[in-house]
Amino acid sequence: MQFRHKISGGDFARAGNIASEVKKILRQLNIDHSVSKRIVIALYEGEVNVVAHAYSGVIDVDIDEIKIETTITDKGPGIADIEKAMEEGYSTATPQVREMGFGAGMGLANMKKNSDSMKISSVPGEGTTVHLVTYIKPNAG
Amino acid sequence: MTVCPTQAIRVRMGKATIIANRCVDCGECYKACPVSAIVVEQDDLEMIFKFPVRVILIPSVLIGQFPKKIMTSSIYNALKEIGFTHIYEVENTVDMVLEAYRQYMHEHKERPMISSYCPAIIRLIQVKYPSLVDNIMKVNPPIDMSAMYYREKLKASGIAEEQIGLFYATPCAAKIAAVKSPVGETESAVNGVININFLYNRILKFLQRKYTESEPPETDDLLSSRGILWSLTRGEVIHSNGRALAIDGIKNVNEFLENIENEKLDQIDFLELRACDESCAGGILISGNRFLTVERLKNRAEEYQAREDDKERKLTDGFLDINEHGFLGDISPRPMSKLDEDFTAALKKMERQRRIMCFLPGFDCAGCGAPDCQTLSEDIVQGNAQISHCIFMQHQMIKQNVLSQNQAVRITENIWGEGRLEKNCNKLGAEDENN
Repeated sequence: MQFRHKISGGDFARAGNIASEVKKILRQLNIDHSVSKRIVIALYEGEVNVVAHAYSGVIDVDIDEIKIETTITDKGPGIADIEKAMEEGYSTATPQVREMGFGAGMGLANMKKNSDSMKISSVPGEGTTVHLVTYIKPNAG
Repeated sequence: MTVCPTQAIRVRMGKATIIANRCVDCGECYKACPVSAIVVEQDDLEMIFKFPVRVILIPSVLIGQFPKKIMTSSIYNALKEIGFTHIYEVENTVDMVLEAYRQYMHEHKERPMISSYCPAIIRLIQVKYPSLVDNIMKVNPPIDMSAMYYREKLKASGIAEEQIGLFYATPCAAKIAAVKSPVGETESAVNGVININFLYNRILKFLQRKYTESEPPETDDLLSSRGILWSLTRGEVIHSNGRALAIDGIKNVNEFLENIENEKLDQIDFLELRACDESCAGGILISGNRFLTVERLKNRAEEYQAREDDKERKLTDGFLDINEHGFLGDISPRPMSKLDEDFTAALKKMERQRRIMCFLPGFDCAGCGAPDCQTLSEDIVQGNAQISHCIFMQHQMIKQNVLSQNQAVRITENIWGEGRLEKNCNKLGAEDENN
């Protein structure tokens, strides 16, 4: 089952809405709290990343019987050094973004921590795609 | 039907019914219903006379709803006249509750810690935010602490347990439910509940008559300014050392808990969440204006603050041991929104639900007897409703010749009741002066 949501860059007021939507769906599907919590946290971080850095983005969530795949694709500046961006505390967020309480440099690290596999590809100047997989039954991967 | 925060109400055969395992007893429907179809159960006042010793525990908001010129002592006298022999204020044991709070916060590391004071909030978390049940502070609220305290105290004065009837004057439906089917406790601490609006009318009636002062009822002087303010918004938060927030109104609480579950608001130590606007002063069984009630209680608290002995105190008489009686047992999640225990089945149902949503109009008219289109689609996949319950879909089906006009009428009458399609001036704003 697939869900698609659009995100617009800079719209901090709505950051988190998609995570809330997906959370409701996971709850209806009777997915274990510990699993849905991880997905929602990772998704929320991804959502904030797009809002904080990119111009626009799309989140695709695909749920099947064994796993939940999330693909976050954005049009934006891209990431020049992905390895560096994965480091905890590294952030290129502007001071304005930090002032709002975002941009602590934990986003990607948190997403990795809260998913079973994560792939990032990025073209500087064009955009970034993050692909996350979380297994519904823990340890099933 | 549409105000219910957990979509628990359906209309069938012309009557609103509440789905029990979704209901959190918040009372929003009681406030909103235009025809007063929702009633709040209470115990019959006559039942108090089964007991020789009749104790009423009154919350401070009972006093607060009367105009200032009515003295507290007159209200006490009226309660005696109604039949109670002992009158104590629920919040007399608030200092013990505070002590239990501190102990609990010290021993448990979950944050934010959510107050267990409002029973509607506990139930809301159980059904809608099951992942937060461990954040509920499992401390007994003042009503239970006081009930246990006074029962022990009366027993110690030589009264046999079966002679003591302890009653609670409740400002809301949630407290009744908490007494009738307690969460986290094995049995209730009181023998019965009397609705405050019922007592309010009886007290007013008594005060309108000329009466001679009789012997004042049994009472004590344990009340403090902290107790008077406890049930109002910020009544708990003012005692918190860390970062703490007070939120009232079930919509506001719902929105906030949603955020908490997304982990967007960490580093908050304590949350005081109350289902009613202006907390218990806005309880559904409070007849007085909630803002005036708050004002009177604040004045009353100021009077107490000026007293010498308004310091926090411990009940050292040994009738209440917080280690034994201060804490609640387990509170388990009661998730309402799962479509099926089995994940594969739930996934199938959700796919079907999403397909059904493509057909429903989406503006939540509630004509089908469910509060909104999403809920109807859920009822359909659960086998509790049909797509033809939707008035829009009926038109579609008539157009496609799969439903007759008569069948459509019958469906609507089955939902809203026989004769509901006839002219009826018996509603607010309806009048036909030509007849």
